Amino acid sequence: MNFGGILAGGKGTRMGKTDLPKQFLMLGEKPIIIHTIEQFLVSPAIDEVIVAVPENWRSYTEDIVEKYCKDDKIHIIEGGANRNGSVMNICRYINENYKDDENVVVTHDAVRPFVTQRIIKDNVELCKKYGATDTVVPAVDTIVEAKDGTVISNIPIRNQMYQGQTPQSFKVKEFLQTYESLTEEEKEILTDAAKVYVLNKKNVALVMGENFNMKVTTKYDLKLANLMLNNLKDEEE
Amino acid sequence: MINEVIKLISPKNLETFFQDEQYSDNIVIVRPTYLSICAADQRYYQGKRKKEILDRKLPLALIHEGVGEVIYDRKGEYKKGEKVVMIPNTPTEKDDIIRENYLRSSKFRSSTADGFMQSAIYMERDRIIPIRNIEEGVGSLLELCSVSVNSIETFLRKSHERKNIIGVWGCGTVGYITTLLLKSYFPDSKIVVIGTRMEKLSYFSFADEIKMVTELDENFKVDHAFECVGGTKSADAIEQIIEHINPEGCISLLGVSEDPVDVNTRMVLEKGLILIGNSRSSYEDFEKSVELAQDKQIQAYLNNIISEKVEINNINDINEAFERDLNNDFKTVMKWNF
Repeated sequence: MNFGGILAGGKGTRMGKTDLPKQFLMLGEKPIIIHTIEQFLVSPAIDEVIVAVPENWRSYTEDIVEKYCKDDKIHIIEGGANRNGSVMNICRYINENYKDDENVVVTHDAVRPFVTQRIIKDNVELCKKYGATDTVVPAVDTIVEAKDGTVISNIPIRNQMYQGQTPQSFKVKEFLQTYESLTEEEKEILTDAAKVYVLNKKNVALVMGENFNMKVTTKYDLKLANLMLNNLKDEEE
Repeated sequence: MINEVIKLISPKNLETFFQDEQYSDNIVIVRPTYLSICAADQRYYQGKRKKEILDRKLPLALIHEGVGEVIYDRKGEYKKGEKVVMIPNTPTEKDDIIRENYLRSSKFRSSTADGFMQSAIYMERDRIIPIRNIEEGVGSLLELCSVSVNSIETFLRKSHERKNIIGVWGCGTVGYITTLLLKSYFPDSKIVVIGTRMEKLSYFSFADEIKMVTELDENFKVDHAFECVGGTKSADAIEQIIEHINPEGCISLLGVSEDPVDVNTRMVLEKGLILIGNSRSSYEDFEKSVELAQDKQIQAYLNNIISEKVEINNINDINEAFERDLNNDFKTVMKWNF
């Protein structure tokens, strides 16, 4: 089976004064996370949707899912301490409840509501072929590396550089095994789930994302997202 | 769900819009698979509608002929992946006398409502019909079939019984499909097609006779006629029909014309003719079309007028499809991978 894994662990600390975690802020007429869940819910490539949220926000998430997009295919679980912790919780949940070596999980940031049906489909297809995927867009700006934060240590060739988005997809069983094989030190430095594979020298296929598959993490992003939906006026009111 | 809707914002200028869609139990979400370009869409795309109409209607998602697959139905009435034809007419009221496609309050896709160029379409439950056993490319022509069915059903109700010879003026797609379905409705009638281009008339192998407009002699008579010409040549076609039709015949008009058309009303009066306007179609017409298209032979004939199938992965591909359509004799069908 194929699963959507919605990562909604954010607690809203980067969003200015608001106390509501950013994934729950309204975009148009629905919370951001609902737009994201709906996109996976209607995807023909996805069978079930697992949503990982901070424990304190679990009931809240259940309430809004009930209100906006109630469906038996949506399962709300507790997220982890960090991003990879949430991915692990989703994988463990799938492994415990849907035993199948071929299970695929398409993990996605709750705050990227503009993900498309095509991106989800490509993730599932390429994940089945290569074992893991990462959604990217070609880097537009030149990437500059500065290891000491003061002077440039390297300027990689731009047309070989991509910017990572989500979804990132994995075969559930393989991800669990691979992650467990890491040392505690390696687990510490990992901020990106695809890196778990790269560290183990496993293939991660690229899925072309979209520039508009933006992450809504600041007030400016939210304004832009509303503008994209022609709701800027509503948002300002 | 945030939906991607491709809208025409000005002639030849398409742009992606994001739309916040609202789901309810009355909605079935359909992913378009095959969309067919209609002359009406082409007129919008090329900017050949009057400026005030373009100003009023754009931005607008084009295309009102298409099929798709169900991707989500919370009620479970439709299975995931079920193939359906989408009905572009959406009535907003019920009327016991006037059919839904003639109600002025009805919304029509690619005209008064957004058309099918979308990533997913939120269709009202009674606006889709399953198309089992019909190949999807051919399925995208079902809307045109339904328009012909609408005209033939009206013709059945309003015309007199003698239907020995029926003339069809026009050798384009509408003429082709109308002739094909007339043969199915009236197998004992002689169906004669009158057109201007022999290379197109040659496709009408199922017609009893094909004629060039220039070769009609005064002895050529029809009991009834279907005008499927439209545009600037409508006037000539209607004039010729009035000349060759027998008294009390019925003229079914299907050709769309941007400008008013002169009609020789003196002869209409003298011959006691009935002129019927036909436009668009209703749920029942689609149902009948799906039933007729179960016939594999009809499907094969429909397949013959798909001039080209164009794969659509991005907006550039759509522009390409509309440009290529201009050079195609019949239909351009877009395989929608958006």
